[in-house]
Amino acid sequence: MWNEILLTLQDANTQWVLFGSILLGIASGVLGSFALLRKQSLIGDAMAHAALPGICIAFLLYGTKSIGWFLIGAALSGLLATYFIQSIIHHSRIKEDTAIGLVLSVFFGFGIVLLTKIAQSENGNQSGLDDFIFGQAASLVGNDVKVISSVAIVLLIITYLLFKELKLFTFDRQFAKGIGLPTGLLNALLMTLIVSAVVIGLQAVGVILMAAMLITPAISARYWTDRLDRMVIIAGGIGALSGTLGTILSSMANSLPTGPVIVIAATLMFLFSLVFAPKRGLVSKGVKLYKLRKEVARETVLQTLYDLTESTTTSGGEIEFTPQAIAERRPMSDRKLQANLLSLEKEGLVVNSGDKWKLTSNGAVESYEITLNNRLFETYLMYEMKFAHLQLAANDSWNYKELSAETLNELKGYMAVHDRTPKLDPELFATFGNHDEQKREVN
Amino acid sequence: MSYGAWIILTGSLVGVSCGIVGCFLILRKMAMLADAISHTVLLGIVLAYLVSHSLEGIYMLVGAGIIGLLTAFLVQVLDTSGVQSDAAIGVVFTSLFALGVILLSAFAGKVHLDVNHALMGEITFIPWDTLTINGMDLGPSAVWMLGFVLILNLILIFFFYKEIKISSFDPAMATAIGIPVIFIHYLLMSMVSITTVASFDSVGAILVVAMLIVPGATAYLLTDRLIIMLCISAVIGVASAVGGYYAALAWNISISGSMASIAGLIFGLTFILSPKHGLLGKVLARRSISTQHS
Repeated sequence: MWNEILLTLQDANTQWVLFGSILLGIASGVLGSFALLRKQSLIGDAMAHAALPGICIAFLLYGTKSIGWFLIGAALSGLLATYFIQSIIHHSRIKEDTAIGLVLSVFFGFGIVLLTKIAQSENGNQSGLDDFIFGQAASLVGNDVKVISSVAIVLLIITYLLFKELKLFTFDRQFAKGIGLPTGLLNALLMTLIVSAVVIGLQAVGVILMAAMLITPAISARYWTDRLDRMVIIAGGIGALSGTLGTILSSMANSLPTGPVIVIAATLMFLFSLVFAPKRGLVSKGVKLYKLRKEVARETVLQTLYDLTESTTTSGGEIEFTPQAIAERRPMSDRKLQANLLSLEKEGLVVNSGDKWKLTSNGAVESYEITLNNRLFETYLMYEMKFAHLQLAANDSWNYKELSAETLNELKGYMAVHDRTPKLDPELFATFGNHDEQKREVN
Repeated sequence: MSYGAWIILTGSLVGVSCGIVGCFLILRKMAMLADAISHTVLLGIVLAYLVSHSLEGIYMLVGAGIIGLLTAFLVQVLDTSGVQSDAAIGVVFTSLFALGVILLSAFAGKVHLDVNHALMGEITFIPWDTLTINGMDLGPSAVWMLGFVLILNLILIFFFYKEIKISSFDPAMATAIGIPVIFIHYLLMSMVSITTVASFDSVGAILVVAMLIVPGATAYLLTDRLIIMLCISAVIGVASAVGGYYAALAWNISISGSMASIAGLIFGLTFILSPKHGLLGKVLARRSISTQHS
């Protein structure tokens, strides 16, 4: 297996092709990141399909296969398609997705018409235009690779030089306009860059799957970082890696077209990112969710015990409760409740006497904190407009200790209005509990 | 019937079925999902062949239906797990399509399908592939399959017309009054899949998209009433099929390609000339307003 790969790699043509696909992967990954963040991934798909008639017209006009003219034809018809899409959205009530699908399929249909026309002409068979549909990296010759690589390098240099401007334009177009950047020009430039990235990939990946080269590496990279500069680098890396894998596999097995293999390689990397990426990946999300559920269940049990104790101490009843009584207040499955009670017992927050459970004095302190925090949060939600200056990052990050004394007092005032102030002071509870025990001792 | 008449009939059936289903896709802003399904149907067909070892229409319909629903489902799953929806569509359809192409080339010797056929369709061969029962020649099998799918679509739309209509225009209200919106969504997706696969042989994967989207989008510019939109869309579908056939005959080009081009041409004309929503109509309306004010 390794020998075979090494043998394939020693072939001069394969080396050229490999070099080309790596640069291609980097360029499309980098520009795909911008397209993705502007939610224009599918426009890349339309551009790729729409390039077909441009390539055919270039062939009809020029007469033989010439990569330079193909690129120009493809770029022009890709840009024309983008212009059509944007003007259909702008001038009629047709929505973006319909406009994209419409332009894509009509341009492609027209391309097929031209393709059949070319096939009938004398030199049609040697045109190799069919390669453009699914891509055949093996059909690239040294000259093609030189053109593709130099275009890719130029694209990367432009992106590097204008990175700050493109970044600003991508994230906040209004602001970019406000500080005087030429947004119309930047839009046209970015579209041209994306069209060029699509066009140089056509021969290796094909018109139908070229969209994947823009979308898949970029969306995979999105999982690993929140910073555009890192995202661009990671997307470029994933693009390069899938280009390499696809080219090697497809040149080892002759019948495999390159494009689909590259796309499958990129998709596998996407699936890996989807599952294993830190923070956003499914595994880490699952772990986070599991921890959160556990925490919530623990707090629920403690708060319920507090609620029950609060109501019985004020009316002078028992402070021990059966699991049934707890589940009645806040429904929870028996098994979950048992497990939570046992782990709370280990923490020393509750004690078990026979079938009944009660809070220890430590448990009272802990459950008081939890209840106070939750009730303050409830109050905050009731008067959210009055506390709009608080600017919570997320609802689950509420912690009353982070509030200023003034706000806290105000909140406590509202809490008292609704009779939600926790009435069971944990220090009193301690004496109450001791008193209880003393009473028992006396008896 | 003559050779040409069969082709026109096939093309018209494609035009009508796609035109009708396409209207709903446009109203529900799911045109690109249809594009995705039309690509992934290829995988369904290849898998159906590998499992059943036959190219019978029914296996193809089942395989394509399953993969079509799978596509819609996967897009939904990625969407809910935080991938933005355009990228979700892009990732799902390119990967499933790539898988289909790889399988197709790996088993290239054994499958009677070839990739170009799947992409562009071979409507010229339709009249020779006839359905015979007890020695009786009943006409091209593609016509039977398309007719069956068309009737199925019409029956489904007839029975669920109200539900589809409400859930297309106002999903929130539809949910509130108890219409199974999810069921309607997947029902439409299955209709798209089977329509795509029935039209596959005739016009190929990519051009099915043209027949699905373009007539509906054109009709959308001409009327504000759903039932009229459905009729106009069907008529435009037939017109592009017939026009495309004669254009292809005149210039000796791909029939499916010219069908898509004619559909595009009709859309372009409507886009400019439509009385209410066209460019010209808007310019005239603006002018009449400005003369009234001056």
